[in-house]
Amino acid sequence: MRYFLRRLMQGVFLLIGVSILTFLFSTLAPGNYFDEMRLNPQIAPETVAALRVQYQFDRPLPVRYGRWVNALLHGDMGFSFAYNSPVAPLLWVRARNTLLLTVTAMLIAWALALPLGIWSATTFGRLPDRAISGATAVLLVIPDLVLAIGVLILAVRSGWFPTGGMVSAALEGLTPVQKLRDLAWHMELPILALVLSALPSLVRHVRAAVAEVLDAPFLRAAASHGIPRTRLLYRYALRAAANPLISLLGFSVGSLLSGSLLVEVVMSWPGLGPLLLEAILARDLFVVIGGVLCSTVFLVTGNFLADVLIYWADPRIRSGAPAR
Amino acid sequence: MAPLLQVQDLHVAYISRAGRKSPALEGVSFDVRTGETLGVLGESGCGKSTLAVALLRLLPGNAEIQKGAVLFEGQDLLRAEPRALEPIRGARIALIFQEPSLALHPTIRISEQVSDVLAAHEPASRAARRQKMLQVLAEVFPADTAHIADSYPHQLSGGQQQRVLIAMAIACGPSLIVADEPTASLDPTTQQDILGIFRRLREKFNLSIILITHNPALLAGLADRVLVLYAGKVAEIGPTEEVLKSPQHPYTRALMQSVPEGLEGSARSRKSRLPVIPGEAPNLAVLESGCRFESRCADRMEQCKQREPGATALSEAHAVSCFKYGG
Amino acid sequence: MPYRVSSTVDDSREGEKMDRLLIVEKLAKRYERTTVLGSKKEVLALQEVSFSIGRGSTLALVGESGSGKSTLAFCIACLERPTSGRIVFGGNEIAALGEKQLREVRPQIQLVFQDPVRSLNPRFSALEIVSEPLIVQGRLNKQEREARGRALLAQVGIPQEKESQKADEFSGGQRQRLAIARALSLEPKLLVLDEALSALDYSVQAQIANLLLELQAALGLTYLFITHDLGMAAHLADEIAVMEQGRVVEMDAADTLLRAPGQEATRRLIAATPRLGAADHRPQVI
Repeated sequence: MRYFLRRLMQGVFLLIGVSILTFLFSTLAPGNYFDEMRLNPQIAPETVAALRVQYQFDRPLPVRYGRWVNALLHGDMGFSFAYNSPVAPLLWVRARNTLLLTVTAMLIAWALALPLGIWSATTFGRLPDRAISGATAVLLVIPDLVLAIGVLILAVRSGWFPTGGMVSAALEGLTPVQKLRDLAWHMELPILALVLSALPSLVRHVRAAVAEVLDAPFLRAAASHGIPRTRLLYRYALRAAANPLISLLGFSVGSLLSGSLLVEVVMSWPGLGPLLLEAILARDLFVVIGGVLCSTVFLVTGNFLADVLIYWADPRIRSGAPAR
Repeated sequence: MAPLLQVQDLHVAYISRAGRKSPALEGVSFDVRTGETLGVLGESGCGKSTLAVALLRLLPGNAEIQKGAVLFEGQDLLRAEPRALEPIRGARIALIFQEPSLALHPTIRISEQVSDVLAAHEPASRAARRQKMLQVLAEVFPADTAHIADSYPHQLSGGQQQRVLIAMAIACGPSLIVADEPTASLDPTTQQDILGIFRRLREKFNLSIILITHNPALLAGLADRVLVLYAGKVAEIGPTEEVLKSPQHPYTRALMQSVPEGLEGSARSRKSRLPVIPGEAPNLAVLESGCRFESRCADRMEQCKQREPGATALSEAHAVSCFKYGG
Repeated sequence: MPYRVSSTVDDSREGEKMDRLLIVEKLAKRYERTTVLGSKKEVLALQEVSFSIGRGSTLALVGESGSGKSTLAFCIACLERPTSGRIVFGGNEIAALGEKQLREVRPQIQLVFQDPVRSLNPRFSALEIVSEPLIVQGRLNKQEREARGRALLAQVGIPQEKESQKADEFSGGQRQRLAIARALSLEPKLLVLDEALSALDYSVQAQIANLLLELQAALGLTYLFITHDLGMAAHLADEIAVMEQGRVVEMDAADTLLRAPGQEATRRLIAATPRLGAADHRPQVI
């Protein structure tokens, strides 16, 4: 129990550290939103100055940070200059859209990676394994950006898929079912891109973890007891190979908010990615910090989840047994 | 009455990645009768562990059974369909591997691992299985049965883990148990406990046992007959008393002489030089013609370099593969 | 716990003290193990261990696993610091020495481990393995080191043509010879053999046992032979000490101890050692 409290505290410290650093870097970076404004000849310098005071840019850094933290604890994540709205609702909508994409992609990727990896491990060195390894190698080498653009080209050329966006323009007039189908239709390509970029690494990890276990004496011992092959594979081999895979799962969860930025930008999916990108370019301070903080929360949660899962799955860790 | 197990002229080889074959077992033949305990005595590299897994066709991918037959209750296991082997493995013939700590799944409870063995062979309700599982564990853990059942392997000592393996072996009532170095990593006291369990269980269930070990003293108290394996071939086979006390094959004789008298020795034999077998066991990948023990044999003759000896029967029960006696 | 001490061990006689190369008095070692979850567990590995070894002789330390034998070996080899007690080596107190002084002492006490596979770096050649300690100790130049290494290999029976063979290409018995040669490279006075023969086949054990006896006669070595194999202990040792649960419960000349064991632990060990003489009186199987 103390172990988990410690991990939780580490997570909180991480969040605090990240928020400070982000705050620092964002404000220390040359330029801010108001500098951009000043360049705009249509806005009077007095307006800019007044806005600056209003947003307290004239106060020292620690004070501003303190006020921000205080506001955060009351659920207020600041104000977006560019969108002229509070940050929090902005982030929630975008984060929801991103999660829709990434959670689905993650589920599909894992559902494919497990059987493929196991198949690869059990046919080690033979044709199925070589084919899968070859395919994953090719996919790994292709940069995510190229994959996303490639998928986009597929959409444009074939006309089967929408070339971007989350919903069609004619959304309003559709029935709920049709709305759902429209959404799914828009999701297909981004999910394809995400799955293609995540799958190869997952498959290789599963393959490696399972292959290592297949050689283990306890597996042969179980086989000698007459335990049937499927049970041997899924109950005995997979469970023993679980530890590294659980860590990987935690990492997958951790990158749910951050891993899809590229794909979202290319496919014009209104998620957290494009929002963050614009905010950084526009020096929209609170959006940037808010977005980074959200991603970090997910990261910490993902790692914590992995810890909990491993604790639950491996009795040796529960009783603190020495590593053999 | 026909023997329970008949191994006839078994040849097993390992194939290296480059395709080169190195023999692990050649021409191994022996019988095991119902209720009998056969000791297989041999040192590292002699092929004893290969023999254990070959009987159940559990050899690794790079091994090949080239010739021979393994007749169990009349059926040739080497020529049977893979499916036909499943009801035999663990249920009619049970294998107990070396290193008990490695032979159990690290993250599954003992109760489940034992139940899995039962479930693989006997259709029954979960409740009935649990009953049987506790019963089986109670054979080797008369006290504390429930506590052990709920434990994980890493929470048990080496001796306890070995008992669990024995329980799993007898769970489905096999007629033959093949135990590969069952006491190798254990303390002397624990060793005695395990051997005692073997004795008790074989009486109770009329088990046949093949006990594989490199320690002749273990076989003295447990085996009816001993088979001596050297470099993949049977050097000698006969009643325990004869093979250990008056060995006929030069290898067996040299091996028995190199074991210190220790507890039975006198003050004079203490710290004396032990007679050793010069040289080392041959590398089976690069075999030369002739008897495999020839280069280390004190009694070697001209013909030993040219041909390999066949088995000569010294008596009804005792056979030797050595030119000294014919071959 | 009272234990019977043979008449050859008697600290009160100063003259006798010099005959005992190693004297261990009331050695204790406590470990604190922290589990992953942060709870601390105290383990008492050694409780008031006392014994001594005569110069040039062999003491066998026998006991079951968990009796503390390996912890004792590590303390004597100065790889662990005891929690309390004295270790007197060659007349000098070494248990409480500082790190710098220990560095002078360590070469004189060398350890040979049980596992020939894991105690040698598999990618080192035989010559490299036996000359490595000389490099670490900063003695001799390269040529001298190699010459000494070759001499050591010859002494333990590794043929010269194998000197550049990698360690993982040797058999178990040959690896133990390498381990012994490595231990001898610093010219130690005391060799601690921690289950050094236990992982080997019997015919190989005989070869190594002979080697050890030869080396002892040639170099005047003193051996602390730790094992749970009473049979081999009986063959190699002048004196035997029996350990149970972190204590030495009995120590005597080998003959005396085996013929007339005084303690229950000793009797149990003797009874548990499998013997060739024992026959299984079973009715003949049909």
